Amino acid sequence: MTDLLIKLIPVFPLLAVIANGLIGRYLWSHEWAHRLAWGSVGLSFLCTIGVFADVVRTGTAHEVVAYPWIFGGDLTINMAFLVDPLTCVMLLVVTGVGFLIHVYSVGYMHGEDGFTRFFTYMNLFMVSMLLLVMGNNYAVLFIGWEGVGLCSYLLIGYYYDKVSAAKAATKAFVVNRIGDAGFLLAIFLVFINFKTLDYTKVFAQIGHLSPEMATAISLCLLVGAIGKSAQIPLYTWLPDAMEGPTPVSALIHAATMVTAGVYMIVRNHLIFDLSPVALTVVAVIGGATALFAATIGLVQHDIKRVLAYSTVSQLGYMFLGAGIGAYTAAIFHLMTHAFFKALLFLSAGSVIHALSGEQDIRKMGGLSHKIPWTHKLFFIGTIAIAGIPPFAGFWSKDEIMAHAFTHHHYVLYGMAAIGALLTSFYMFRLTYLTFYGKSRMDHHTEAHVHESPMVMIGPLMVLGVLSLTGGFIGFPPDQGALHDFLAPAAGASGEHEVSTGLVLTLMMIASGIALFGWALAHYLYSVNPTAPDRWAAKAGVLYSTLMNKYYIDELYDLLFVEPTKKWGLALDWFDRVVLDGIVRAVGHMAEMGAAGSTWVEKHVIYGGINIVGYGNHLMARQWRQLQSGMVHHYAAIIVAGLFLLAVVIQLIVQR
Amino acid sequence: MIPLSAYVAVSAVLFITGLLGVLIRRNFIIVLMAVEIMLNAANINLVAFSHYLESMAGQLVALFVIAIAAGEAAVGLAIIIVVFRGKISTNVDEMNLLKW
Repeated sequence: MTDLLIKLIPVFPLLAVIANGLIGRYLWSHEWAHRLAWGSVGLSFLCTIGVFADVVRTGTAHEVVAYPWIFGGDLTINMAFLVDPLTCVMLLVVTGVGFLIHVYSVGYMHGEDGFTRFFTYMNLFMVSMLLLVMGNNYAVLFIGWEGVGLCSYLLIGYYYDKVSAAKAATKAFVVNRIGDAGFLLAIFLVFINFKTLDYTKVFAQIGHLSPEMATAISLCLLVGAIGKSAQIPLYTWLPDAMEGPTPVSALIHAATMVTAGVYMIVRNHLIFDLSPVALTVVAVIGGATALFAATIGLVQHDIKRVLAYSTVSQLGYMFLGAGIGAYTAAIFHLMTHAFFKALLFLSAGSVIHALSGEQDIRKMGGLSHKIPWTHKLFFIGTIAIAGIPPFAGFWSKDEIMAHAFTHHHYVLYGMAAIGALLTSFYMFRLTYLTFYGKSRMDHHTEAHVHESPMVMIGPLMVLGVLSLTGGFIGFPPDQGALHDFLAPAAGASGEHEVSTGLVLTLMMIASGIALFGWALAHYLYSVNPTAPDRWAAKAGVLYSTLMNKYYIDELYDLLFVEPTKKWGLALDWFDRVVLDGIVRAVGHMAEMGAAGSTWVEKHVIYGGINIVGYGNHLMARQWRQLQSGMVHHYAAIIVAGLFLLAVVIQLIVQR
Repeated sequence: MIPLSAYVAVSAVLFITGLLGVLIRRNFIIVLMAVEIMLNAANINLVAFSHYLESMAGQLVALFVIAIAAGEAAVGLAIIIVVFRGKISTNVDEMNLLKW
């Protein structure tokens, strides 16, 4: 029964993709397209709950083979699913949050061109993401991995007639390719070492792996994770990905796809555990990204871009958690982040919807009374992400930071703490600029401000409740329900004895940091609204550096994009001048040869043949005189022939 | 009893007559008649040998030859009529299109 449910989970969205994608445009209206889309995801969610209940009850992992996919020689790759506690958590997040975002999209995308296309891509994304988290081997993981990348590309470029969207989509795709190459190398290395791609078989013989090989595999996996989860140095695609519709940003670029890298690291934590070097790299990249992205988020003006940098930063916390061995905490933060970041993005979408597409927070302000529900929900998201206790973000982020501190990673702890302060500050800055103070909208926009319909606010409320209370499944720290549940899959992280006093102190510090960030934002954007500009002017170079995102995009352009373009142009020149020249020369020679042989043919061969033919002709002219047409002549010849025959026979008989 | 050689001799004379008729005469109808004579010479031979060898096969073949001769005469006369319509003549020498 459970096996059937597991197989059904990805089937529903797949059916919706086929139906909506192939014939939906022609056969049914937008109403049925969106009903199919969220309905299928809802059914998947129900199946997931069934599977989850079974896993909780029996405490065992399920491995289901849907069908054998590639087999030959000693290679067998099945389209098979592994549902263990880790997959269960991911499934719940993906289908649950995915379902809410699908419902929200019905309202948000209302009246857009390509409505059916949008939901087809969204469902295709769900299928890929489900394969990614459910696969029991690296090959299925890789299909999902590439599938979500493709859907990300398609959905970022959803407004494909907009140049910036098309460019952002290409950028995301190309940058992800770099990571995917690393991931593919890791898969090859795994196969070379273990002769199989199944997780269970690989992890069963993990003891035979040499530390050097473990480091190599881990680092290659890490390259893949960095690309997908937008970490330094491959994070640049994620802020640009905000060109996609807001539900896409919420689903793909906040809640699910970008967390695939974290999932993958936690899934392979047994390999990472063998390599302290790789773990350190993971942690350092995570910590650096958490801090780095947060600083950029401080000064951005686009509501979605602030959230995008915030996502990069929060993913950095997850990497940091995974890198210091706090796998459960990383997954915990992944889950709470999915709740509050989806909530923030969707609320931001609601704001954008209300302001007829305006995304610049400098042209907002004073919206708290005009769109009260959106305001309340955005505020909930803000306090959840900022780490104000006792809401979701506080528990998960504090757990990662506490783990860093108690395991003596003080530098990383410091980076995370500063990052947390900045997070709290830029999120409250965003809230203040958007919802409080005086309105900075133009009159035309202001006249059209309206609260979003219930179909959008409803999912937001569910996410709001989850953001407020989601942290308690990880309570008390290191011993919560989530930790017990994940222990078999993610390894127990709580064997390190820590005094309660230290835990409480760290919690106090974390809360203090969050509240200080809030206070700072309150002072700068509410009490003394002229201060930010003065501070910015005083900061000068620093401010403009942040404003320009440390010029990283320009640097990459200079280092990689432009040389690649030049190299491409050089190759183009080489192709056109050298290669084409050779081809043309060969062609020319063939042409000349052909002309020569034409002459020989015309004058030598034809001549010979004509001589033979003419000779025949002359002889035939003589010989045909024999045929006079006179019956008598013929008769006479016959008679002569008969006589001749008779004579010959006579001679033969006589002999 | 007439000896077989007498039959064969008569047959030979008749055949030579027919052959000369075919080769020498210029009138198509005469040529046709000469062909008939040659056929009948063959018939005499057939019947004579049939009798001599006491086998009915020769007489059977003679009957076939008579039937075929009738058919041949019919076809030949039809051709003569067609040619005559075009040429107003039955002279064989004028019919020389059957060449090259």
